Amino acid sequence: MSEAGSGSGAPGPGPGPTPGTPLQREPVRTIFEKGAPGRRAFVCPELDVPVREGLLPDRFRRTDPARLPEVSEPELVRHYVRLSRRNFDLDSGFYPLGSCTMKHNPRLHERVAALPGHARLHPLQHPSRAQGALELMWRLERALAEIAGLPHVSLQPSAGSHGELAGVLLTRAYHEDRGERRHKVLTPDTAHGTNPATVTMAGYEVVKVGTAPDGGVDLDDLRARADTDVACLMLTNPNTLGLFDRNIEQIASIVHGVGATLYYDGANLNAVMGISRPGDMGFDIVHFNLHKSFTQPHGGGGPGSGPIAVSERIEPYLMAPVIRRLEGHNGGEPRFELDHDRPQSIGRLRGFQGNYGCFVRAYAYICSLGADGLRDASETAVLNANYLLARLRREGVANYLPVAYDRLCMHEFVLSGAPMKRELGIRTLDVAKRLLDHGFHPPTVYFPLLVEEALLVEPTETETRETLDAFADAVAAILREAAADPDIARQAPYTTPVRRLDEAAAAKRPVIRQPLPPDRESSAAP
Amino acid sequence: MADATYPEDLLYHPEHDWARVEGDTAAFGITWFAQDALGEVVFVDLPEVGTTVNQNEPYAEVESVKAVSDVYAPLSGEVTEVNPALGETPERINDDPYGDGWLVKVRMTDPAEREHLMDVARYTATLTS
Amino acid sequence: MSRYTAVTDPDRRHMLDAIGVSSVEDLFADIPGGLRLGRALDLPAGLSEQDVYGHLRDLAARNVDAEQEITFLGAGMYDHYVPAVIDMLLQRSEFLTPYTPYQPEVSQGTLQVMFEYQTAICELTGLAVSNASVYEGPSAVASAGYLARLANDRARFVVSAGVHPHSLQTLRTYAHGFGAEVVEVPLAGGVTDARRWGEAIDGDVSAAIFQQPNFLGAVEDVEALAAPGRGAGAVVVGAYDPIALGVLRPPGELGVDVVVGEGQPLGNRLDFGGPSFGFFAAAEEHLRRMPGRIAGETVDADGRRGFVLTLQTREQHIRRERATSNICTAQALNALAGMIYLAWLGRRGLPELAELLLQRTAYARDTITALPGVTALHDQPCVREFAVRLPVDGLAGVERVVDRCAGPPHRVNPGLPLGRVLPDHPDGLLIALTERRSRADIDRLAQALQVALAAEQGGEAPAPTVPAPA
Repeated sequence: MSEAGSGSGAPGPGPGPTPGTPLQREPVRTIFEKGAPGRRAFVCPELDVPVREGLLPDRFRRTDPARLPEVSEPELVRHYVRLSRRNFDLDSGFYPLGSCTMKHNPRLHERVAALPGHARLHPLQHPSRAQGALELMWRLERALAEIAGLPHVSLQPSAGSHGELAGVLLTRAYHEDRGERRHKVLTPDTAHGTNPATVTMAGYEVVKVGTAPDGGVDLDDLRARADTDVACLMLTNPNTLGLFDRNIEQIASIVHGVGATLYYDGANLNAVMGISRPGDMGFDIVHFNLHKSFTQPHGGGGPGSGPIAVSERIEPYLMAPVIRRLEGHNGGEPRFELDHDRPQSIGRLRGFQGNYGCFVRAYAYICSLGADGLRDASETAVLNANYLLARLRREGVANYLPVAYDRLCMHEFVLSGAPMKRELGIRTLDVAKRLLDHGFHPPTVYFPLLVEEALLVEPTETETRETLDAFADAVAAILREAAADPDIARQAPYTTPVRRLDEAAAAKRPVIRQPLPPDRESSAAP
Repeated sequence: MADATYPEDLLYHPEHDWARVEGDTAAFGITWFAQDALGEVVFVDLPEVGTTVNQNEPYAEVESVKAVSDVYAPLSGEVTEVNPALGETPERINDDPYGDGWLVKVRMTDPAEREHLMDVARYTATLTS
Repeated sequence: MSRYTAVTDPDRRHMLDAIGVSSVEDLFADIPGGLRLGRALDLPAGLSEQDVYGHLRDLAARNVDAEQEITFLGAGMYDHYVPAVIDMLLQRSEFLTPYTPYQPEVSQGTLQVMFEYQTAICELTGLAVSNASVYEGPSAVASAGYLARLANDRARFVVSAGVHPHSLQTLRTYAHGFGAEVVEVPLAGGVTDARRWGEAIDGDVSAAIFQQPNFLGAVEDVEALAAPGRGAGAVVVGAYDPIALGVLRPPGELGVDVVVGEGQPLGNRLDFGGPSFGFFAAAEEHLRRMPGRIAGETVDADGRRGFVLTLQTREQHIRRERATSNICTAQALNALAGMIYLAWLGRRGLPELAELLLQRTAYARDTITALPGVTALHDQPCVREFAVRLPVDGLAGVERVVDRCAGPPHRVNPGLPLGRVLPDHPDGLLIALTERRSRADIDRLAQALQVALAAEQGGEAPAPTVPAPA
């Protein structure tokens, strides 16, 4: 098999045993299988105080040390640097993952986040000695409030689904304060899995609302299900099909009419920044994913941050503490403080103030882009998505991977692999795996559940036209190849560090830690 | 099991479950259609012996790598046996859904409920509609 | 076009042509006119990279960070030394910028790190299974409560008052949602009141939750705390300081079912409270109730060893409303830092570090309680943190003392005024040690406190505090 492409052409033909790329031939050993007794990277500071015996009762003391690795610093570095090379990443290539907004991560953000004044600040530092941090958080809140069109913000939640939990718990507090007990939360059947999972964690029953043929919420179904036992409707707009729900004002009216709250899942905010605001659409609570639209790096699965913005009527219940800006004395600088005196607050969802390191990066991004830049980002995201869709609607692709909804899309779109499965005998999964050989990360697959053999594509605004063209060409090439020999895609990928993995075996007999030999020796005295 | 089969001697439930009645006990399992849709089964969560199951209600869960499915009771009864082999080799459900892949056996509490189930012809008709 | 986008005028014309519309504006036709913002966002104009840097630097300069003062602040997050290799490795594109490893063939780096991390956490805690991280400490405690609910369907949590106030508050917030009551058992003599703990735990209790060392730095008798829960069929949950596990017995050996904790001390920066990670380990029987991602070992089509996300059917994207939690994005990069740190410390280094802290903390407690009027809040064994009572007038008095110590000439931050979070201890101060606090630093702390206490008792107004020049 030939080398992995960089998106510029199809890799070699025909299946058959691969001789193996260098990464494929590299033996796989965990850090626990490396090193030797006595090696160390850390040198403990000298004991500079008088030694006292008996500080801990013996029965409290650990007798055998944890069997952590024993490696020198060079071994440590080499192991993790080599391991890093077994990853595909955004700096290296295109990630058209729908609903993930994999846009470029500016390195400026890493530089400012690493400034000691931000990075080495203890969360319990007295507010008078953390004014820079509190001001940064306050300014970020103001910016998010403006983008959302809702006046009050909490930066506390650790991720989008944490923000969702906040939103549903705030809804609960709102209704309980009115002496009402409601039991249900509505979510569309296109909802991201975090929505129903959150609903259950918050003690409500999930009720699904159907989707109309045009891809929006089915208004008749919504009217039938919206009653005074419904606490909230959770939506995103544009939705997970990449479509703007034109009936959003009617939806808001129906939901508010029964006294329920309307919650906005901010996963798809990248389509509408500076163009339309969830607060203006009628949403009461909005969460932001700072690791999506605000380009906090994904880090292989986090950290993220999920701040929320809420309307006036929800404000009293916001998590504590809240950041306050006080006018300066005698014309002096304004001061910022943490207000813990919040009698109606739902309380805390986590320790301290939230993922401040993510706030620094998101704030730097907003400062860089400014008002015009944010709108430009959304316009370009929508332009790029529609262009890529147009390229994929051409002969040779559109007949096998048609778009699921024949409308203008926003920042993402869904294709269905159902015709491809019937006529070529390959599935969306196989296209995804073959794309890896072309040097692309595949789009989101098999979500949303509503579309058979779904492929959800979101290019984001930071990709060039050339990249979009190359991706469309790769998809076309894969389909041509499959028409001649479907088995190639079915056995793909060929050029990645490992080939298709046996996930069934991993689930049936889970091995989730490295087995270690019994203690070779007892811990040596320091 | 490569090809779709639906034995004649079984009774079928619309949620793709089967029942084999022998005297006052019945064995339950899932049909070929269900295991094909699920993919390779990796885990089965079965009730304990002595549990009461009710017709049309879920009594177990079957998992593949990427999906979880409720299993519905075709008939009501008390669980008398649970297939002991499914802990180690859950893929029996794929390989032999009507034989080695049986899930539970129950002592029926209301045999008349059989009237609500379908024979093979009616069940297979639902698959093509 | 900005420095992050690339659509030139020719690009735009070409793209609009291919789409079949005449302007970008046409692409937003689905948004009703009344919902169009119709004006610019009320935000400042964008800045150059240089100017953004200047602005963020100016904000940083108004914070007093751990480079600028000798800090004894702890209470969950600690100023440990983060080795340079962690900075370097976390900045690598291949670790910093990839997505969640849903396509395992191109994510073996991330997945293998998760597998190694899970191994390390199991080793530290003595429990059979670990996930690949949750958000942080306090929400990990709440997640453990949710697991207990799923396990035994009971509706009460018994929690020691020694648990971090943020964890207790978070647990209460979550529990109000999924319908559980939280009962707090007070401390006696600095540790959980054993009699009242035993009395509170019965067959209606879902989980019995304690912290080790507790919030006041005291080492609890974990074996004794675990016994009533085991007897009553409750899930026993311990919230642990991971560094202390270098010297304390692994909770898995003592009858604890679930161990969680704040992972920040392991290779993560303070970052004003986040991001960090929470660790979550449990006994084998709870494997399928665990929240969060789990990496598992397997082989590929050619027989090569590899790793995948496994047991995904627990998670929200498959099980949806019946998921073990709603967690999607977690803390992979921070857990990577944790794993590298543990490998950097190594088998010998972690016990050495913990032993050093044990000795220095004892020295610090002896030295500080030798100051006139200062008493230990309790005399339980401590590992790296302890609490004292100051001879001052309540929280305001403690704050003034702290202020004097933090200002020039001392620039020592003596710790957390306990009255801020525990109203029962208005004259308390919580003092934490890391390996960065030498004997000389401890002596400076003692000296600063002595001067500050004398000034406070002499009724002097504190000098205004000004952050050290940048």
